[in-house]
Amino acid sequence: MAPRVSRRGLLGGGVAAAGVAGAFATGRATADAPAAMTPAAARAASYAFRGEHQAGIVTPAQDRLHFAALDVVTDSREELVELLQAWTVAAERMTKGQAAGEIGPVEGSLDLPPDDTGEAIGLPASGLTITFGFGPGLFRDAEGRDRFGLADRQPEALQTLPHFPADNLDPTRSYGDLCIQACADDPQIAVHAVRNLVRIGFGTVSVRWSQLGFGRTSSTSTSQDTARNLFGFKDGTANVKAEEDAALADHVWVGGDDDANGAWLAGGSYLVARRLNMTIEVWDRQPLGDQENIVGRTKGTGAPLSGGEEFSEPDFAMPGRGGPIIPADAHVRIVHPDQHGGARMLRRGYNFVDGSDSLGGLNAGLFFIAYVRDPRTGFIPIQNAMAKNDALMEYLKTTGSALFAIPPGAKPGEYVGQSLFA
Amino acid sequence: MKRLSWIAAGLLVAAPVLASCGTESTEPSGGGGDAGDGRALTVDSSDDACEVSASEAPAGTVTFDVTNSGSQVTEFYLLAEDGLRIVAEVENIGPSISRPLTANVPAGKYVTACKPGMTGDGIRSDFTVTESDEDVKVSEDEESLVTAAQDNYAAYVQDQSDQLLVKTGQFVELYKAGDKDDEARALYADARTHWERIETVAESFGDLDPMMDAREADLEPGQKWTGWHLLEKDLWPARAEKYAALSPKDRAFYADDLLKNTQTLDSRIQDLTFTVDQIANGSRGLLEEVATGKVTGEEEYWSRTDLWDFQANVDGAKVGFDGVKPLLEEKDPELATELESRFDELQVLLDAQRTDDGFRYYDELSQDEIKGLSDAVNALSEPLSRLTAAVLS
Repeated sequence: MAPRVSRRGLLGGGVAAAGVAGAFATGRATADAPAAMTPAAARAASYAFRGEHQAGIVTPAQDRLHFAALDVVTDSREELVELLQAWTVAAERMTKGQAAGEIGPVEGSLDLPPDDTGEAIGLPASGLTITFGFGPGLFRDAEGRDRFGLADRQPEALQTLPHFPADNLDPTRSYGDLCIQACADDPQIAVHAVRNLVRIGFGTVSVRWSQLGFGRTSSTSTSQDTARNLFGFKDGTANVKAEEDAALADHVWVGGDDDANGAWLAGGSYLVARRLNMTIEVWDRQPLGDQENIVGRTKGTGAPLSGGEEFSEPDFAMPGRGGPIIPADAHVRIVHPDQHGGARMLRRGYNFVDGSDSLGGLNAGLFFIAYVRDPRTGFIPIQNAMAKNDALMEYLKTTGSALFAIPPGAKPGEYVGQSLFA
Repeated sequence: MKRLSWIAAGLLVAAPVLASCGTESTEPSGGGGDAGDGRALTVDSSDDACEVSASEAPAGTVTFDVTNSGSQVTEFYLLAEDGLRIVAEVENIGPSISRPLTANVPAGKYVTACKPGMTGDGIRSDFTVTESDEDVKVSEDEESLVTAAQDNYAAYVQDQSDQLLVKTGQFVELYKAGDKDDEARALYADARTHWERIETVAESFGDLDPMMDAREADLEPGQKWTGWHLLEKDLWPARAEKYAALSPKDRAFYADDLLKNTQTLDSRIQDLTFTVDQIANGSRGLLEEVATGKVTGEEEYWSRTDLWDFQANVDGAKVGFDGVKPLLEEKDPELATELESRFDELQVLLDAQRTDDGFRYYDELSQDEIKGLSDAVNALSEPLSRLTAAVLS
């Protein structure tokens, strides 16, 4: 028999995974960076907001997500810049475990509403990262008009994603001029961050949609165990990891010469967000052997059907009875870098359950997030191949979609996204 | 559209039901094969050896836990004493992967075989099943039950395909006439009933299905929309924004195209045969079609005739179930009883929606009625998902 999954092993792995803060962390986390941290210590980890790249991309994927997409409602470039400056200050404070505002949730006047909403009182930073991005609509409105004098800086690659087969997009769960990705090991901390940033932005921005993710489905560091999606399978085994400097440079970070309009984006990335609803109830009725053939891996260990263990390279040519042992329409084959000129992504997705639908089925699935250097080569062809040939599509329905350019990290004294406005 | 080929999925199981004496299941051992009673064995299949942990076991439910320690895909067989007839088998075991094989075997002499690389006679050893207290039933007439199920189902599929061809021909004539749209609309859902009854078979032809049954949202970039639902939208454009009706020339083109593809489908179906696991899997697959497309009102977005399709999927699933039911009653009578009553309960709900012309339209159903139908589909689908394994056991 294949080794059974040990629940204890998974939990232990999760804890160890949070202990890798080392290279990225500052202050408290550095002091707490032994290989096996306690859960309490893991929550205490904090990551620097400033750096060459924004945090929340190669940062070891935290357990929880609150993602918000916003539309800019002002016509004033000055107000937009002021908001980014205010967000930078608040985000830096919150990622240190401090209150959103300078005064604090209970330290101010009894006659004024507090400048921090208070639900994080007594909680540590919990590994919070806040990552900001710019959607195509920030550069040009629906009629193509230049909104803020930024149109000549819109990268060619930053366009609304094309319609893919089986897309069933809900406009109220798609698109947006700006995005905020807040990740933390405590859901209260992630929600607190988005809530306070939205509050700071009222009058300048309006929330278009937001999404909670309750469990990570990807590992972004070799020190993390691979998590499972709601199909019950390990997800993102072949992910680009924080330790792979060369792969990050090739597949994740935008280069200075990538785009004639996009020099400001050097050191940044593109964030693809896709809300993938799973037909959970139908999937659950598939025999185990069919499930494994659809994915191309064993459900227990995550080994490819061609053998080995989780991280063994799949052997797509290995013959099996009635065709290759990894079927022609298996997910692992369709999206494998070998089929796409070596293209890889850094995935950072989260499981979501938004209650149940009107028929009592789980409104649940994968909130897919991928960071790529260029969506035209790093995402769109792979998504098209998946929509066309992947057996897994039978159990997926895409209900939300968005693309954002993620500017490089803010250096000391800068605000996030400053290079775009310079 | 369904991409996972139901035909191919059926082949994966590849059960030797016709030759049944012992039986197999790939489920993990639960009951009879507990450690300590001699019925839980391990098999180490390497590139040049096949080591079975014991050369004998007591009669009953025996489990072989087969681990592939070789470098290529292997298979494990339990053969009858003649070394030819397959009693049970497990295929497609990749290197360093383990798969269980559970078989219900009476006392007698057998042969075990590992087949690394899936070629040749395999590496064989004698295996003995000794007398025990456990009673292993051997059905004498199973072969005739299997043959009857296969023949009946093939005849049903051919008959539905014939009717589909006839009614599609009538439908496209009415549609092309231009002044007979009311009559075309009246025939639309009725003609499609024959498609939906055999939908898992019809859509197993990956080239025809997208040309005949694609919905607008399923299209790939650059793919031209053809088939039933294009005509549906043209006949029921009320929900379409700024819809431009098809010209008489376009009508003729798309109508003839549908009829031509239906003829191709019908000719291919004449040659099909079905194994019992394909029949049982098809029954399950039809209920999945209901759950994902019909009960949600997505299939017939323009005409709202989803309940006709719903009933037709259920019809086809019931025919498949009825065909294998005599086998199931031998193997798992409780499951047979449960499925029978779940089908009945669903049918009562569908019958309540019947009208003189067929069924109420989807947009006339209340949320409570839709939820009730969905609940009944779930109640049936769960036990139905165990049907294939049960008839093969």
